[in-house]
Amino acid sequence: MAYSEKVVDHYNNPRNVGSLPKEDPNVGTGLVGAPECGDVMKLQMKINPETQVIEEAKFKTFGCGSAIASSSLATEWVKGKTVEEALSIKNTDIVRELSLPPVKIHCSVLAEDAIKAAIGDWKKKHGAEVPATEKASH
Amino acid sequence: MAVTLPIYMDNHATTPVDPRVLEAMLPYFTGKFGNAASRNHSFGWSAEEAVENARQQVASLINATSKEIIFTSGATESDNLMIKGIAEMFREKGNHIITQAIEHKAVLDTCKNLEKHGFEVTYLPVQRDGRVSLEDLKAAIKPTTILITIMYANNEIGVINPIAEIGKIAKERGIFLAVDGVQAVGKIPVDVQKDNIDVLAISAHKIYGPKGVGALYVRRRNPRVQLSAIIDGGGHERGMRSGTLNVPGIVGLGKACEIAQKGMPEESVKMLGLRERLRKGLEAKLDEVFINGSMEHRLPNNLNMSFAYVEGESLLMGINDIAVSSGSACTSATLEPSYVLKALGVGEDLAHTSIRFGLGRFNTQEEVDYVIDKMVQVVTKLRELSPLYEMAKEGIDISKMKWQTA
Repeated sequence: MAYSEKVVDHYNNPRNVGSLPKEDPNVGTGLVGAPECGDVMKLQMKINPETQVIEEAKFKTFGCGSAIASSSLATEWVKGKTVEEALSIKNTDIVRELSLPPVKIHCSVLAEDAIKAAIGDWKKKHGAEVPATEKASH
Repeated sequence: MAVTLPIYMDNHATTPVDPRVLEAMLPYFTGKFGNAASRNHSFGWSAEEAVENARQQVASLINATSKEIIFTSGATESDNLMIKGIAEMFREKGNHIITQAIEHKAVLDTCKNLEKHGFEVTYLPVQRDGRVSLEDLKAAIKPTTILITIMYANNEIGVINPIAEIGKIAKERGIFLAVDGVQAVGKIPVDVQKDNIDVLAISAHKIYGPKGVGALYVRRRNPRVQLSAIIDGGGHERGMRSGTLNVPGIVGLGKACEIAQKGMPEESVKMLGLRERLRKGLEAKLDEVFINGSMEHRLPNNLNMSFAYVEGESLLMGINDIAVSSGSACTSATLEPSYVLKALGVGEDLAHTSIRFGLGRFNTQEEVDYVIDKMVQVVTKLRELSPLYEMAKEGIDISKMKWQTA
């Protein structure tokens, strides 16, 4: 299978790899996927409670090149955005940006789920009402 | 010696044509282009002579006689012919067939097809080491069993089945034994007499011959095996396989068999040396790597290893100057990891991290060393990227976690 240039670039130079302290009240952690399915993404964001701006984002991903690229791209995109703006990122945006083929769309779905899960975790820490994580559309 | 990239280490998928094989084939495309079935001129005679010579070369490799070899378009056809041919010919004797879970699809799908036509098929499980249990086999035999079909060696994990013991069991009970010998023939000694094999499928392109040609050994004595043809036509190959013979391909297969037979003692030692260098190199430099399948009963050129916490396709992407294959789901259209590893009881998480290395005649020690270094470098990089590796290092038992499955 041929990969798009952008996927290869994110794979070779993944952005924002690493971990943030998950006990930090300002850090939200999203862990989605399952090892049996061949994809696990951990996405973490440090969010300013005053401004609701995502100041830092880190990821680690077990998965194919497209999964790595999707989560790497997600960290790039959420950084500097507000929580509300980040929640508006759709998996289809990721598909378009990375030119993912149909068989890899689930990677983008997982990245959207990871963004929502991380923000959900942060909101929970701040006692906010957490709407049930919406499933991204396929 | 410098290494030329990319490195080919996927010799279970196919092998390059040996230059000696190509040289033997070339005259049969041009000057000696005759139809082996043309009985009344020299073009036909020289083609026929070449085919009969090849038949002898193939027979010799497996301790058969040349009259017991028929030529086909490849091992998928040979597998189909041996199973459907026996099933059809002997259906009045019984309708039960025994095979096993990790056969090649050419066997499994043929059996599934027969199930739709009134046959009953038992798919034996395999043991953790990838071999069939003789006790399971004996227990599966019924009065209606007419055929046992078990592969000599598996294409993913290289594990060798106890074919001689299976042959003995089959013979004692008057059941035919049909063997997919694709990965074993030419790599390890295969003797149809010692092993009591009744029908054996062979492929040329796995043993440095050309694609598009294969053979089927069909026993003529003790017992005589008869097959119903699956292709109708001019009655070539004793009526079992009609169609003009692929003379250059057959010459290539014959030559490939001759080279394999002569070179086997030396070549298997070389393969084993390279394979062990690869295995030890990887095991010394990486933690949490696991071998899939028996190391004791294994082809000398195979290594199938899981690199925990690193998904196979991303690994292949990182080693894109090395040609190997992965049991990961992402490499297949079905998103299911390898059915072979699953049948062994390898967890799906580890199946996703497996790589199959298939060494071949033209691999060198320098290439093996390059592969080790590259694998170590990429696995290390991807583990730094892997949340599972991080969790494992923190002492979290990943298998006990609750995962959100899609």
